Amino acid sequence: MTAPFTIYQPEGEQPATPKQVPHRGGAANPSAAAIAAKFPGAVVRSHVMWGETTCVVERAKLHDIVQWLRDDAAQCYEYLSDVTAVEYRDLAQPIEVVWHLRSIKHRRFIRLKVELAKTAALEVPSIVDLYTGADWLERECFDMFGIKFAGHPDLRRILLWEQFQEGHPLRKDFPLRGRLSRSQQLTNALSANPEARYSMEELSIADAFEELPLDMRARLKGDSRTGE
Amino acid sequence: MGLITQPEGAGMTTFDPQTQEGWVTTRLDFLVNWGRANSLWPMPFGTACCAIEFMASAASKFDLARFGMERMGFSPRQADVLICAGRVPFKLAPVLRRIWQQMPQPKWAISMGACASTGGMFDTYAVVQGIDTIIPIDVYVPGCPPRPEALIHGIMMLQKKIMHEQMSSKTLRNEMQPDPRSQLYIPADRIDELSEPFGNSVHQTRSAP
Repeated sequence: MTAPFTIYQPEGEQPATPKQVPHRGGAANPSAAAIAAKFPGAVVRSHVMWGETTCVVERAKLHDIVQWLRDDAAQCYEYLSDVTAVEYRDLAQPIEVVWHLRSIKHRRFIRLKVELAKTAALEVPSIVDLYTGADWLERECFDMFGIKFAGHPDLRRILLWEQFQEGHPLRKDFPLRGRLSRSQQLTNALSANPEARYSMEELSIADAFEELPLDMRARLKGDSRTGE
Repeated sequence: MGLITQPEGAGMTTFDPQTQEGWVTTRLDFLVNWGRANSLWPMPFGTACCAIEFMASAASKFDLARFGMERMGFSPRQADVLICAGRVPFKLAPVLRRIWQQMPQPKWAISMGACASTGGMFDTYAVVQGIDTIIPIDVYVPGCPPRPEALIHGIMMLQKKIMHEQMSSKTLRNEMQPDPRSQLYIPADRIDELSEPFGNSVHQTRSAP
């Protein structure tokens, strides 16, 4: 009986679970040095913790670096596993936007970070054009942290409701109960039209559009397509 | 229904047991209420772990079918009792309101569990602090989550409540109309007062640090 799929095995490499990984230091991902060589001055610093390499890079170079990491044959980071952000309690410390990239081919993992000062505009380049999967991840990051992803085609809230007016809940200055009173929160939430939330794609009724009632057709045609 | 406060004696028509009319009406009330109480079709609105206990209640060991509830109506238009099992985030509030409005009279609602009844441990920006701010509730079942016995106890309480309904009551089937501007059933200051923090959460403040 043959295996239903073949596992790619690079020459001379054996898959192994890393053992006795040091907390700090240890072997760095070779991609970190490759980024520093390819983009001089773009890497602010890099370090290894628990065997995972983190590169803090310049915001302006991020898109180029991710593109190169994806396309270069020696890097081949074909999988973007996460886009998120970190805010520290220390007010002087910048907010970090984090990208997790994984190379399935080379069994490598690299974490890219961009530091954003809280005093300036929170904006980083979007990488939706490189990884389609970044779409919702960036929307979530925008929703929870308020970080703008320049170049994102449809940057709007994804987890919270569109009527949510209180800011971005994962920021440290956000009070747990929200900023508005309970009755105001409820009023805002109840002002949503639950039936306007569905797009034509979600309902798969694009084909049946002509047979729909007039009012529904008008609603789907207009800007209220998604009710947002 | 749950939140309507009726004036003293309203809906409680007194009958002279000797007159034929009163006897017929009360017997008819009994018959209708008996039929309704023993054929409640639930509309499960399960959002969290309480829904697991609800499923256990409906399954063979606890067997809600004994109470005439074997038919789970996953359509609000063919249901009698809305069982909200689990926390309701604000994002779901208009959906729950719409489902309740789609149910035809006579209808009742059970709030199952601490989160549905009060917001429970989720005293946060995202969770409704008690679904009675959205829809009128007849029976609150406490517990986190309530065991099936507790839910069944709540259902039996609802059956008892139904058995005391009188058709002659003018306000019994009145739909509650929300305030058109704010879409709230109960006054805003009342909601703020009811959803004040309690327990450990008094240490939280609404203002930003």
